[in-house]
Amino acid sequence: MKIHEYQGKEILKKYGVAVPRGEVAFTTGEARAIAERLGGGVVVVKAQIHAGGRGKGGGVKVVKSAAEAETAAKALLGMKLVTYQTGPEGSIVGRVLVEEGLQIARELYLGIVIDRSTEMPVVMVSQEGGVEIEKVAHETPERIFKAFVNPALGLQPYQARQLAFSLGLTGDQIGKAVRMMTALYQAFVSTDASLLEINPLIVTGAGDLLALDAKLTFDDNALYRHADIKELRDVSEEAPLEVEASKFSLNYIKLDGTIGCMVNGAGLAMATMDIIKLAGGEPANFLDVGGGANAEQIKNAFRILMSDKSVKAVLINIFGGILRCDVLAQGVIEAVKDLGVPVPIVIRMEGTNVELGKKMLKESGLNFTTADSMGEAAEKVVAVGSSR
Amino acid sequence: MAVYINRQTRLIVQGLTGREGTFHAKAAQAYHTNVVGGVTPGKGGTTHEGWPVFNTVADAVKATGANATVIFVPPPGGADAVMEAADAGLPLAVCITEGIPTIDMMRAMTVVRARKMTLIGPNCPGLITAGQGKAGIIPGNICKPGRVGVVSKSGTLTYEAIHQLTALGLGQTTCIGIGGDPLIGTSFIDALGQFAADPETEAVVMIGEIGGSAEEEAAAFIKASFKKPVVGFIAGQTAPPGRRMGHAGAIIAGGKGTAAEKMAALTAAGVRVVKSPADIGRAVADALGSR
Repeated sequence: MKIHEYQGKEILKKYGVAVPRGEVAFTTGEARAIAERLGGGVVVVKAQIHAGGRGKGGGVKVVKSAAEAETAAKALLGMKLVTYQTGPEGSIVGRVLVEEGLQIARELYLGIVIDRSTEMPVVMVSQEGGVEIEKVAHETPERIFKAFVNPALGLQPYQARQLAFSLGLTGDQIGKAVRMMTALYQAFVSTDASLLEINPLIVTGAGDLLALDAKLTFDDNALYRHADIKELRDVSEEAPLEVEASKFSLNYIKLDGTIGCMVNGAGLAMATMDIIKLAGGEPANFLDVGGGANAEQIKNAFRILMSDKSVKAVLINIFGGILRCDVLAQGVIEAVKDLGVPVPIVIRMEGTNVELGKKMLKESGLNFTTADSMGEAAEKVVAVGSSR
Repeated sequence: MAVYINRQTRLIVQGLTGREGTFHAKAAQAYHTNVVGGVTPGKGGTTHEGWPVFNTVADAVKATGANATVIFVPPPGGADAVMEAADAGLPLAVCITEGIPTIDMMRAMTVVRARKMTLIGPNCPGLITAGQGKAGIIPGNICKPGRVGVVSKSGTLTYEAIHQLTALGLGQTTCIGIGGDPLIGTSFIDALGQFAADPETEAVVMIGEIGGSAEEEAAAFIKASFKKPVVGFIAGQTAPPGRRMGHAGAIIAGGKGTAAEKMAALTAAGVRVVKSPADIGRAVADALGSR
């Protein structure tokens, strides 16, 4: 789960990480009031959307007075912000962070993720802050310094010191950096984060270290034990159909094509998208109904699939292990009868009770196309989809 | 022969008395597996569906001589169950549980590695050796004893591959679902190492998916030392970057972990990479036919 920058900073503050003074505003009046509370001098007004690349996209404005802060907030609130991470459809700005302006001497980078091959958290730092870290990693990997952390021990002071020295910090900045990294590591593990990124981590003119940005992503599997974090979810940042699907434990991701698909299992769902593409079509979505889907869930899955108006045909590909083919057939039949699905449906199913399932489909009197293999199913669905 | 699980396996079920645990313990027994008992804390001393239930894994191992466990414990206790199995000295644990927090799993891995336990999963369909036994949820009726080993990150896509192998009369030795989480106990390389040493396995199907670098690492291993023919498929060729495709590990992040990269690495290692999941079985038949 992703959260906004201002929410991330609130969390980091609790762990003792220094962040600029600032508050979130939902209206232009609030933005002005916050700027006044910050002293009425230079402030930064930052659009709060989940995607990165906001600065380049025009979502960050530096202004000199509270009145200008209000004007900046007016321009940003309601704006459709397009960045390299949002895609061309952009994201609507619903809130802005108004923060004190700071004198920046250096921009550094710090990130923490869990490294799959060593099975340890890795703290990464670089002197190349403020730019896309992927670019640094690709072009000059030697400029990224890493510390792998034993999960039983946590980040050790010597590791943080090594990182601090590799960042070119000196004097009392070393101690400040060690305390900050220790606090960031603590925040990472305590909140079950999957990504913690401070880009940039700044050194001010006065020599202080602050998190000027904060990107935190949390492990969805661990949200059950973080009620406070769960509350920070901003559903306006998510696609409405995906939010709807999640209510029924369906895993749905909207894509740009015209062939809707409904599959059990994530790997098979991706493979089904792939085979649709190979057959000359474009998948309209990823949809995993899960291993233990019942008739009711199949119905909800259909409803969500059909809310996407670009869907011209549907491919159902189910390999029944725990999910029995007769249960699937019953769900599909009920859904089509209740919802009146207006597009052709191609069904390929295999596994437990497949004969019974096929018989039910045939005897339903409804117009289904069936297929015996994945390849055949993909060809059939692309053929009926493109003839419409 | 075959790998990880066979007729000598004495299996316990952690979470036996739950709905999933009960259902799959019965299915395993029906598939010739020697299920010797189960563990549900607080229900020790009782019996469930004819099996003795123990409070702890250590008790179960002591009383039954179990040498493997399959874990159907809900996610909050999943990592703890894995550690308990490792601490009891079991050589093999198969963790089916989906949704274990990554940080829990990361801590559990330190115990798994220290104890040198083979962990399959978590978030996986488990293991099946055709005609001999199973630990997990792979349906037995789609398997047929034969010549091909299967190792996969996926669940139902594995069934698809198994089904194709059975339909073509090639059959399987052992099928291993290693799971789609960011942290898993057994890698492609570990499984390939087992298949290399198994005389009954003549060829291997390897099914990967987007995210991470496990497929690239496997490609390097195959190139360096794996002699049997391998057919590969990577799911997610059409997946958009930055989106988690169901499995926690299946995400193209920072331009890394794409299907194209993985397919190129495997092809360069001599793997027969198929673009279509419908071609997996036929590619294996071709590979074996040309030997």
